[in-house]
Amino acid sequence: MTTNSTESTKASVNIAGTERWVTAFVGGGLATYGLLRSPAPGNALSGYAMTAAGLYLIFRGATGHCPAYSALGVNPAIEAEETSQKLGDVGIKVTHAVSIQKPIGELYAYWRDFTNLPHIMDHLNSVTVQDGTKSHWVAKAPLGRTVEWDAELINDEPNKVIAWKSLPDADVINAGAVTFKTATQGRGTEVRVEISYAPPAGKLGAIIAHILGEDPKKQLDDDLRHFKQMMEAGERPTTEGQASGRGPDKDQVK
Amino acid sequence: MKALCWYGKNDVQVSTVPDSTILNPRDAIIKVTSTAICGSDLHLYNGFIPSMEKGDILGHEFMGEVVALGSAVKNLSIGDRVVVPFGIACGNCYYCQHDQWALCDNSNPNALMAEELYGYAPSGLYGYSHLYGGYAGGQAEYARVPFADIGPIKVPEGLTDDQVLFLTDIFPTGYQAADNCGIKPGDTVAVWGCGPVGQFAIQSAYLLGAERVIAMDHIAERLAMARDKSHADIVNYEEQDNLFETLKEMTGGRGPDHCIDAVGLEAHGTGLGNIYDKTKELARLASDRSNVLRQAIQCCGKGGTVSIPGVYGGFLDKFPMGVAFAKGLTLKMGQTHTQKYLAPLMERIQKGDIDPTFVISHHMTLDEAPAGYKMFKEKTDSCTKIVLKP
Ligand SMILES: NC(=O)c1ccc[n+]([C@@H]2O[C@H](COP(=O)([O-])OP(=O)(O)OC[C@H]3O[C@@H](n4cnc5c(N)ncnc54)[C@H](O)[C@@H]3O)[C@@H](O)[C@H]2O)c1
Ligand SMILES: [Zn+2]
Ligand SMILES: [Zn+2]
Repeated sequence: MTTNSTESTKASVNIAGTERWVTAFVGGGLATYGLLRSPAPGNALSGYAMTAAGLYLIFRGATGHCPAYSALGVNPAIEAEETSQKLGDVGIKVTHAVSIQKPIGELYAYWRDFTNLPHIMDHLNSVTVQDGTKSHWVAKAPLGRTVEWDAELINDEPNKVIAWKSLPDADVINAGAVTFKTATQGRGTEVRVEISYAPPAGKLGAIIAHILGEDPKKQLDDDLRHFKQMMEAGERPTTEGQASGRGPDKDQVK
Repeated sequence: MKALCWYGKNDVQVSTVPDSTILNPRDAIIKVTSTAICGSDLHLYNGFIPSMEKGDILGHEFMGEVVALGSAVKNLSIGDRVVVPFGIACGNCYYCQHDQWALCDNSNPNALMAEELYGYAPSGLYGYSHLYGGYAGGQAEYARVPFADIGPIKVPEGLTDDQVLFLTDIFPTGYQAADNCGIKPGDTVAVWGCGPVGQFAIQSAYLLGAERVIAMDHIAERLAMARDKSHADIVNYEEQDNLFETLKEMTGGRGPDHCIDAVGLEAHGTGLGNIYDKTKELARLASDRSNVLRQAIQCCGKGGTVSIPGVYGGFLDKFPMGVAFAKGLTLKMGQTHTQKYLAPLMERIQKGDIDPTFVISHHMTLDEAPAGYKMFKEKTDSCTKIVLKP
């Protein structure tokens, strides 16, 4: 992030009111928007994919060409405009991919039920789905507090892509998508997540940073690893709480 | 419960620790009836393996009786007598499904840490550093066994602990080392190291059809074991001016068809290479001593395989890549895919093809384990393999 972007996001945060703990934000893996990468050749979006120089293009690309989008009854043109204004052409983008030894349908179905996501994303307390497209997210913040936001499903093509994004007056503007693709010859399914967001400065920014950890890429990496573990092994491997010869005063390695 | 814990280089102690408990649905708890000390444990004892923590419970070769089961384990019952493979694996990922259990994607809770070092993470192991998952080991009264529905194998009636205990690691490890050579009838295999892994590699090479095995070490009683129990031709490398020439001469000028490094990163030795390694290691410029590996590559005949069950952890120096390239060698290595070999090797034991008890030199109680580590390290009292009875 450049100084510039910090400045511009600060401005938008002030307008939205930083003191409100209710925010729209997205942790590694949740946010989002969509269809950042075209799942199949020939898709109208491919030209925009992630090679687009900035979020502006990403948002424009997705909203402008997604057939599922208008079916959701939102006005993509206005939203794209707003979002891109707030973001400028900067922001943080993280991407990660994982291969999972399960049929595409199972993986899609698990992710599509957002209430499952707290099982794989440790920074989430809960996700509740309010109607077909809107959901409410509660994430853990320091000192037992929470950060909450509303998100909207903006693209959903079964076994291909799920995309969602923060609602327009979010303090943290974010976008992202998860795409599913059957891998070659018995290699399972490739799951790819791309997330873009512009965290605000100030207190809220610090909380966001805390939730994301020092490294948003690592957080996304963890989330997808957990997704894979749950889907393949049915549980997440752990040593937490196991016996050791360390006294309670000794630091336990995670 | 009592457990053998690592507190630093040359410092292991039996401590009273909290009891092992079920942490995941696919877990089981085993009351350990037998557990062994391995050459791999010596690498921890000697401080060669990074990411150990004071208080880690050691031990990856253990068996016992099931005393508790997680809700998802349906194929075992309380009271079952099982042998536990030393690698922890989920059974469902691509690698597990292709019999590459040591590469399991889902069993290492510290996968990220391992990825930073190795790019991709190996499976978790019992009692073998946090890089390999940080799991508590089985040199204890009780042990937690993750993915218990897939790993442990039930012991058929009539077989003693001592007969089947080494299915946990060293028998499959020696067997995989030989298996990796792709032995053809008539082949000669050279094995560096006559420790337990070397012994099982020798015997496995014969089981897989080798004509002749040449075994090297410098410890007289281990060489004698290789000759008398494992039927190898033996070479005391310390008595050789030129090991390469010795092996060349023994193989009619062709060199061994395959070479097995059953020593690993703590190779002893003489000669320039070893002095060089030791100096580097002291200066922290290299982590592993590759004396044996260099020799194996140098001595191997053209088109052969160098199979490496011996453990390496970090970086090697003066690796003779040009030699390997010029002779068109194949290098195979890695932690053992133990689960792959459990059933077939159990059958071999039952049929009497092999009696793994021949490597055991000592039985001890868990309390005696610290003395056992010292003895095994120093190879005193003709120590080849110690079995602990907690
Ligand atoms: N790949 C795996 O999954 C796996 C599993 C178990 C053990 N291991 C490894 O296998 C190796 C052997 O294990 P072990 O239990 O037999 O250990 P060990 O320490 O009992 O035996 C090693 C033997 O190598 C001999 N040796 C040392 N330097 C030598 C040299 N220059 N030339 C010839 N011999 C030499 C020693 O005298 C000793 O007898 C270790 O590195 C161990 O960590 C690997
Ligand atoms: Zn071992
Ligand atoms: Zn696996």
